[in-house]
Amino acid sequence: MSTYLGMPSLPVHGTGNLHASESFPQAAHRELANTQLRANLGHATHTIRDKRIQVVSELPDWEQLRDAGSAIKESVMARLPELLEQFEKNFTARGGVIHWARDADEANGIVAGLIRETGETEAVKIKSMATQEIGLNEYLEEQGIAAYETDLAELIVQLDHDKPSHILVPAIHKNRTQVRDIFLREMEGVDRELTDEPARLAAAARAHLRRKFLTAKVAVSGANFALADSGTLAVVESEGNGRMCLTLPETLITVMGVEKLLPTWQDLEVFMQLLPRSSTGERMNPYTSLWTGVTEGDGPQNVHLVLLDNGRSAALADEMGRSALHCIRCSACMNVCPVYERTGGHAYGSTYPGPIGAILSPLMTGIQAEENNSLPYASSLCGACYDACPVKINIPDILVHLRSVDVDSKRGKKKIPTQMDIGMNAASWALSSGKRLGMLEKGLPLGRLAAGPDKKITKLPGIAAGWTQSRDIPAPPKQSFRDWWKKEHHAPGTAPAAAHDQEDQP
Amino acid sequence: MSAREEILERIRTALKDAPEVPVIPRGYRASSQLDEAELIELLVDRLIDYKARVCIVDTEDVPMKIAELLAEAGSYVVPAGLDADWLTGLELQQDSRRRLDSMTAPLSVAELDGIDAVVTGSAVAVAETGTIILDGSPNQGRRAITLVPDHHICVVEVADIAGILPEALRRIDGTRPLTMVSGPSATSDIELERVEGVHGPRTLDVIIAR
Ligand code: SF4
Repeated sequence: MSTYLGMPSLPVHGTGNLHASESFPQAAHRELANTQLRANLGHATHTIRDKRIQVVSELPDWEQLRDAGSAIKESVMARLPELLEQFEKNFTARGGVIHWARDADEANGIVAGLIRETGETEAVKIKSMATQEIGLNEYLEEQGIAAYETDLAELIVQLDHDKPSHILVPAIHKNRTQVRDIFLREMEGVDRELTDEPARLAAAARAHLRRKFLTAKVAVSGANFALADSGTLAVVESEGNGRMCLTLPETLITVMGVEKLLPTWQDLEVFMQLLPRSSTGERMNPYTSLWTGVTEGDGPQNVHLVLLDNGRSAALADEMGRSALHCIRCSACMNVCPVYERTGGHAYGSTYPGPIGAILSPLMTGIQAEENNSLPYASSLCGACYDACPVKINIPDILVHLRSVDVDSKRGKKKIPTQMDIGMNAASWALSSGKRLGMLEKGLPLGRLAAGPDKKITKLPGIAAGWTQSRDIPAPPKQSFRDWWKKEHHAPGTAPAAAHDQEDQP
Repeated sequence: MSAREEILERIRTALKDAPEVPVIPRGYRASSQLDEAELIELLVDRLIDYKARVCIVDTEDVPMKIAELLAEAGSYVVPAGLDADWLTGLELQQDSRRRLDSMTAPLSVAELDGIDAVVTGSAVAVAETGTIILDGSPNQGRRAITLVPDHHICVVEVADIAGILPEALRRIDGTRPLTMVSGPSATSDIELERVEGVHGPRTLDVIIAR
């Protein structure tokens, strides 16, 4: 566990699984080569998009719900210290115990300590982004504690020794046949005749986990919402594995980011309409559990909550970026993202992939952490994420903001100018005067020469090579638009310019 | 400095620009204004869509319906506070298949695992989403009894049907141990296709009593 002497300088960034360890373009290049992955993702994201649009269009007041959701989250951020204290008071009054964790290490240490206190060496787990972010499973394993993922997709990923690639459906990159193969390979005592029918696969998971649920003494969960005015926690799920974990064990340890609060019980009516429709495209998810501290005679009697900062306060300090903390992890933005659909979640490195990950990860870690400065560029700024987001996070705006933060952070470093800097300086010189531009345009025929007889340039030099990695560019025209305009639009009384070459006109 | 103090301090520092606390625009629907027949129709439609089995019966026929649905069950559990009238169906009197569960005399998880079905009441239902809310009242019992047995028979009284979620949540005490149930357990984890029946009860029978 970390100890601090006095107040460190602010902001303090997050640690754990929040970094891209290679730049996004590099990772994306590798992932794009996996055609199976692209087919799986294309199929899954299109299925969910259609479902989401269908159930969203059923609600006449969807936009009003989004407006309310957005404003509630904005008020949560503005009132966060006060709401945290209120929540703590209520949760504690009902028999729950609150722990505070500055970063991933501290949170991991607290959870391991709490499990050890029970004398157990095993825990069942409900899918949780926060515990993924802090790398809890790996840490517990080092400590000799086995953490069993119980969500079907998490189970698939865990059995396959893989990493999640989506926040809602961590195994979205696997198709049914791949899942069957993993089960046959890794699941003890599985029926050898197992087919790849999803219902059969779900039944295999049920059989596999049943004993674990019925005997588990400790469960670890995340939380979707925490209500400040009552001290209530909520977990939204589908399979019933969440209920198993939240109800049957004696000890329940929940890890939750500080930003998950909602001020009042009434606010739940907004978010329980927004979340299921945006995430799985259902009117309501099969199961939602709510608990307030300890209820005598029903459910775990030893109830803990670890409140996690891990870079959230740093994100909050960024006035332009703080609304990224409004995120309710529905995954709608990644399901509609043309970049995510092709690269998949692994290319983003961090626990949080897709459009939200491209802003949240660098906000939490600081733009200079490892390769996270490449993430804000992983977008075409098409805006589909903003339209889909149930709490109206303006992701494109924050992406642009973070790009400028990235550029500024490099400028300060006084390093050798990059090709991009040189290019930009050259462009600013050329574009600031019509004469200079005209002079440069005289060079166009050179480009035609480079393109060769098929009129395509397949490889540009330097950093421009990135552009031609996956596409050709057509040869430049014989004359520039400015030349053409001059010839066409002569002063009155003068003769029109000579017949021009149609082929290259726009 | 404790972690608590330090985190709160970090957050206060992050908010040093004192962002405005917005007024929450609650222009969304607060109620649905459906009449009883419409509420029932909508709830049934939504329950069936999510693969629950539904029947509508007159209140006096509830015992008969429960007995019928339990015909196949080798054993079943009921919460101690279940409406006694509901268990007066002929076959259910002095039924040796029946187990009682309460806060003070709870069955163990292993015992529940050996039981085929559970019969409970419900606190509120939401017609628009096909959701039933259980709040742990004596006629619904501990959360474990509606989770471990594979077949849940749940009685919803017409007076407890709300049109939309905001109406339903207004009728609920949020500090009770709550479970919101919408159809039998399901997963969308394989190719995002919904498949019913994972860890929770795989069969959900809803009896709407009017
Ligand atoms: S940013 Fe918005 S759309 Fe994306 S996961 Fe978060 S809440 Fe959902």
